[in-house]
Amino acid sequence: MSDVVEKTLTALPSLLSLDSQPGSAKLSSSSKLGLLIRGITELTSKHEEEKLIQRELSSIKEQVSSPNATMRQMKELMVRTIYCEMLGYEASFSYIHAIKLAQQGNVLEKRVGYLAVSLFLNENHELLLLLVNTVLKDLQSTNLIEVCMALTVVGQMFPKDMIPAVLPLVEEKLNHPKEIIRRKAVLALYKFYLIAPNQVQHIHNKFRKALCDKDPGVMSASLHIYTQLIQDNPEGYKDLTASFVTILKQVVGGKLPMDFNYHSVPAPWVQMQLLRILSLLGKNDQSTSEIMYEVLDESLRRAEMNHNITYAILYECVKCIYTIHPKSDLLEKAAKCIGNFVLSRKINLKYLGLKALTYVVQQDPKLALQHQMTIIECLDHPDFIIKRETLELLFRITNAQNVTVIVEKMLDFLRTSEDDYTTIDLIGKVAELAEKYAPDNEWFIETMNTVFSIGGDMMQPDIPNSFLKLLSEGFDSVEEDSKLRLFAVNSYVSLVQGEPSKLPQRFLQVICWVLGEYSHLREDLEPDVVLRLLAKLLDMKSCSSETKSWVLMAMTKLCSGGAAACAAQEVSETYSSSLDTVLRQRAHELQFLSQNSELQARVFPRSDDPEPVEVDSSLSFLDGFVSEALAAGAAPYKPPHQRQEELSRSKALNMEPYGLSLPISMSSSSIAERQSPTLLSISSGLSGDSTDLSHKGGSTALKLDGVKRVWGREGYLTQKEPAEAAQVEVPSPLQSPSQQGDGDRSQTQTSTPAATPECDQEKQQLASSLFVGLSSQSSVCLMGKSEPTFQRFRKKTKGPSTSSITSLETANQLVSPPPVDKLLCNSLLDSSIASELGVSSPEQTTQLSEGFTDNATCDAQVELAGSDMKGSDPAVNGDDDCDVAAFSEDPDPHKDLCLPSHLPAEFSGLVHSEITPVVTNQSLDLSVCHVHKEDCLVLVVFITNSTDSAIQQLLVQIVSEELEVTCMYDSPEEEVRSHVVAVRQYCIKVKRPLVHFELVGMVSYQLPAEMPQTVQFSYKLPLTSFIRPLTVSTEEYGTMWLAFSHDTKQNLTMMSDEQQPLVATLNALKKKLLLHVVEIIGEEGIVACSVLQDQPCLMHCRVHAGMLAVWLRSSVPDLPDCLLYHCQRTLQEH
Amino acid sequence: MQFMLLFSRQGKLRLQKWYVPLCDKEKKKITRELVQTVLARKPKMCSFLEWRDLKVVYKRYASLYFCCAIENQDNELITLEIIHRYVELLDKYFGSVCELDIIFNFEKAYFILDEFLLGGEAQETSKKNVLKAIEQADLLQENIDFQTRLFAGSRDPSQRTGGNRTHINPVCWPQTTSPAVCS
Repeated sequence: MSDVVEKTLTALPSLLSLDSQPGSAKLSSSSKLGLLIRGITELTSKHEEEKLIQRELSSIKEQVSSPNATMRQMKELMVRTIYCEMLGYEASFSYIHAIKLAQQGNVLEKRVGYLAVSLFLNENHELLLLLVNTVLKDLQSTNLIEVCMALTVVGQMFPKDMIPAVLPLVEEKLNHPKEIIRRKAVLALYKFYLIAPNQVQHIHNKFRKALCDKDPGVMSASLHIYTQLIQDNPEGYKDLTASFVTILKQVVGGKLPMDFNYHSVPAPWVQMQLLRILSLLGKNDQSTSEIMYEVLDESLRRAEMNHNITYAILYECVKCIYTIHPKSDLLEKAAKCIGNFVLSRKINLKYLGLKALTYVVQQDPKLALQHQMTIIECLDHPDFIIKRETLELLFRITNAQNVTVIVEKMLDFLRTSEDDYTTIDLIGKVAELAEKYAPDNEWFIETMNTVFSIGGDMMQPDIPNSFLKLLSEGFDSVEEDSKLRLFAVNSYVSLVQGEPSKLPQRFLQVICWVLGEYSHLREDLEPDVVLRLLAKLLDMKSCSSETKSWVLMAMTKLCSGGAAACAAQEVSETYSSSLDTVLRQRAHELQFLSQNSELQARVFPRSDDPEPVEVDSSLSFLDGFVSEALAAGAAPYKPPHQRQEELSRSKALNMEPYGLSLPISMSSSSIAERQSPTLLSISSGLSGDSTDLSHKGGSTALKLDGVKRVWGREGYLTQKEPAEAAQVEVPSPLQSPSQQGDGDRSQTQTSTPAATPECDQEKQQLASSLFVGLSSQSSVCLMGKSEPTFQRFRKKTKGPSTSSITSLETANQLVSPPPVDKLLCNSLLDSSIASELGVSSPEQTTQLSEGFTDNATCDAQVELAGSDMKGSDPAVNGDDDCDVAAFSEDPDPHKDLCLPSHLPAEFSGLVHSEITPVVTNQSLDLSVCHVHKEDCLVLVVFITNSTDSAIQQLLVQIVSEELEVTCMYDSPEEEVRSHVVAVRQYCIKVKRPLVHFELVGMVSYQLPAEMPQTVQFSYKLPLTSFIRPLTVSTEEYGTMWLAFSHDTKQNLTMMSDEQQPLVATLNALKKKLLLHVVEIIGEEGIVACSVLQDQPCLMHCRVHAGMLAVWLRSSVPDLPDCLLYHCQRTLQEH
Repeated sequence: MQFMLLFSRQGKLRLQKWYVPLCDKEKKKITRELVQTVLARKPKMCSFLEWRDLKVVYKRYASLYFCCAIENQDNELITLEIIHRYVELLDKYFGSVCELDIIFNFEKAYFILDEFLLGGEAQETSKKNVLKAIEQADLLQENIDFQTRLFAGSRDPSQRTGGNRTHINPVCWPQTTSPAVCS
């Protein structure tokens, strides 16, 4: 009998455990899950495991879908499914059952159901919608555990659109008597704030209540929300600073219940959250920072126990102290703290010490100096992560004196690194340092060669771009430029002679361009030799077709002359029947130009100082063709992003993110007269966004400023020595072998440093070369560095581009014809758009041929403009003497002081630009400003006679292609007496919108007893000067919108740091561009403006995936594109 | 925090909790590569990694690796303590926890994690309170299935085979190697 009972009893657990778990935490392994786990353990191969799991899953699938399955069984099945999914097997059939379990089960089954849901689905999953009802029900349950479960799942994931449904219930829970419920409710609201900030805007006062909750747990939960709120809008919460300080004081003082202690440190999580909040509040705010100094000091003092958690607090304290307005004694303590971290023997602390150093080194470079020996040791550290961080630190302290050593260290590291992310990041940094601080040509080219070889095809494309740009644009000295180019040519010739198949494609492209462009600088090198070298590249298997087209481009530049032409012919024959249209196009160009050396010389003039080509980025020269095609019934062009959006709009819901705005990687459209094939393909692919392209091009140009400074004479003679001393260090033969070993080791940085005195000495030397220049003028060297996180985008941040080069540009434009003509002249075979389009469709070929016919006339014009100013304008023809004003000359600011008083009184109430001097010569000072009138723009020209005699026959003519210029008063006095200012006014209207307008003015005058003289000037006007707000109602807007046909679309970056990004962004646009914001509804806004009074343009904005999707429409062609350009710029400047 | 992974020395995933919405494919890719990276690191190396664009903090307890990816502004050291506190919680709940406890009772481990971290942020750091919340739910279970209490004796380790029984002792986290084969 007893036997029977015993048997029953032993059998029972396994029976019961099929459906339920025993009450204790332990689960009997004889359950089905246990069996499964054990089954897997016994398998020997991955294949068997797969089979077993698939079998398991299909049996689970069968059981869950059976109508007889009880919830209890479902729970068990769900646990097994979770296990299978964790092993990496998909079980999506079970998701719906997980939701069902959460819905229908009792508390325990529900718990598993909720767990399964939270593991299976993410917050974007559509099935999650089915959970909303369950959550609603459970939130209203009287069972606290159910409420807790519902809040837990809401706090982890919740469909954004459904927040309004549960929000009132969650809010209600903030008043719940139970601490745990209030706490979870606060965290759920935090989650809501993260995914949809505007949904919880109205309950900010409730957050305050949570912050003041009597239970510290709820208070600390609310800190998460406050961290986020303050991060988004620090100004709005300054009043809470004192409260946070008080709370922190209490926490640090141990006023919280013991429950909150962690290893006898009072509430470390709360402390750290508060410290982070304080650093956000105190950033750039002295008065707020002052409130917190005391408590920070106390936190530093209290956290002295030797435990990880106190280090965590210390680290946060240090970060805070360096973020807020500085206070010297705190900084001192923080610096000491960092020192302790750096010197610590615990590797984690050392790492954080280095990170902290990296963070503060910009403010306090001396700190790096103090720890130089430790830094050097870390450079040889066996842990990759520590080394990497050390290099980051060194990157921050690089200057012209230590650049060679630091770059060498970085390249050493890169040679052994296997991680692509690290390589891409670091290679960009090396390139940046090389450009900024290169001590000489040789070093620069060699370093860049290494960069290109290591970086290969994964590096950021702007690296080769800016390198080429740098080569082509050169620096201040022509001689230096050609030396650099010659050095590059020499280096590349030998590389190509070597084993070019090992070089990455990008590098080959760079080589091709340089050889094509500059190989003539080397006199002993015949073009046909180079051509043959290049032809060798074409035969390589590894050569991609993109590279091939670069090769052909380079050949086209070299193909003039007998032997070279022959070689070119051969190549072009091979490729003129290539299946690749681009290659074929290039081959034909090559063929054509190699036969006609005169044309070749004209298409690719070989000048040392190539003028940048102005590319008509709006492709306005195609307008005639397009309108013809439209008239013939062609569909209007839609840019790719618009097509894509329309496609996705045809679906019910747009689940996909917008396509990224096209990456504009290749640097500029004006790299030089002759462009590279890649540029081509990009610019043609872009067409719609090309205005943007040209803008980017402009901003890359300024990078040169930084380079120029360092590349000049001053950087380089003095510092070379210490750097070399460290590099060329070779163990002397007198040293013992072991010492030599040490030397080698620290050179190759593979093993840990031994603490021998010799080694130390070596390190000392390394130190002196690494940290040279840090102590004295270091702050100067560090100036140019951008924020650490934005390193990758350095090209964009390098400073104000236009200002420094405009003078030069304007001077150029004085002698060059308007951009459109110029483009036409160049459109023949050069990179630009027409030729690329030419191969893609028959219609466009016609366009190409149009380009050809225009060519002759254009060329004539170029020659006129380029060689001799005389006669380029009929108005000047009659004059005997005309001189082009030297615009770059420094205008004397004092001269302008009196000018504003000459501004006609009628304009006093209107907005006017600054009065800009445009021309100064010995007899005249010419200044210009423009006044914004409602119906036109008035250009006011001030002519100051700086001679002692009167000027006669003063005549000012102003012309522009796109603008309509009328003189406002019929020529007043023609004579200007000595030291008197004459004022002329011109009314300007827009004929055709452009991003920037160019006015060319001509002043002719005569001094007594002298020949008549002419001065030219030019003046740039942005489109924005013509934009006026257009006040319309939403209805009017609607009718206009439908009536307009010219449109463009693009995604712009929003000012995301504001609380209401849309409103803030639109306000910024309104302020800067004088747009009229018609209405903002939720995530959409409509804006209207017009160019003067007759050319309206409408803008529709929508927030989408963190971007601002704008859609502009106008009745005027080109206007949307031009306006878009300015919007983009305005937002970028913000 | 972006996600937390628990995996064994053999690279077997034991627990995964994602606080950022990612698709399954991406999760698998990250898991696979991160596990590989972490396992390749030597014991004396730094617990922090800058991996891709993520900050990763990991720590090994006996045969289990606990690995968290955190936000850029998060503090690495406190993340180590979060891991440690989680191990303490598991230890207290299971009573000298070992890898097998987590394998066989992974849903409990999830419940504890959810009570400790919510949406990636520490919500309750007191050991006592977390376990109280868990036990309340467990107790409910006992009331429902009261008869099963009869058989809820102490767990019998002999019933499990092939698992790693090294205790993850949070007090003096030994990095002992043990024959862990529960794959």
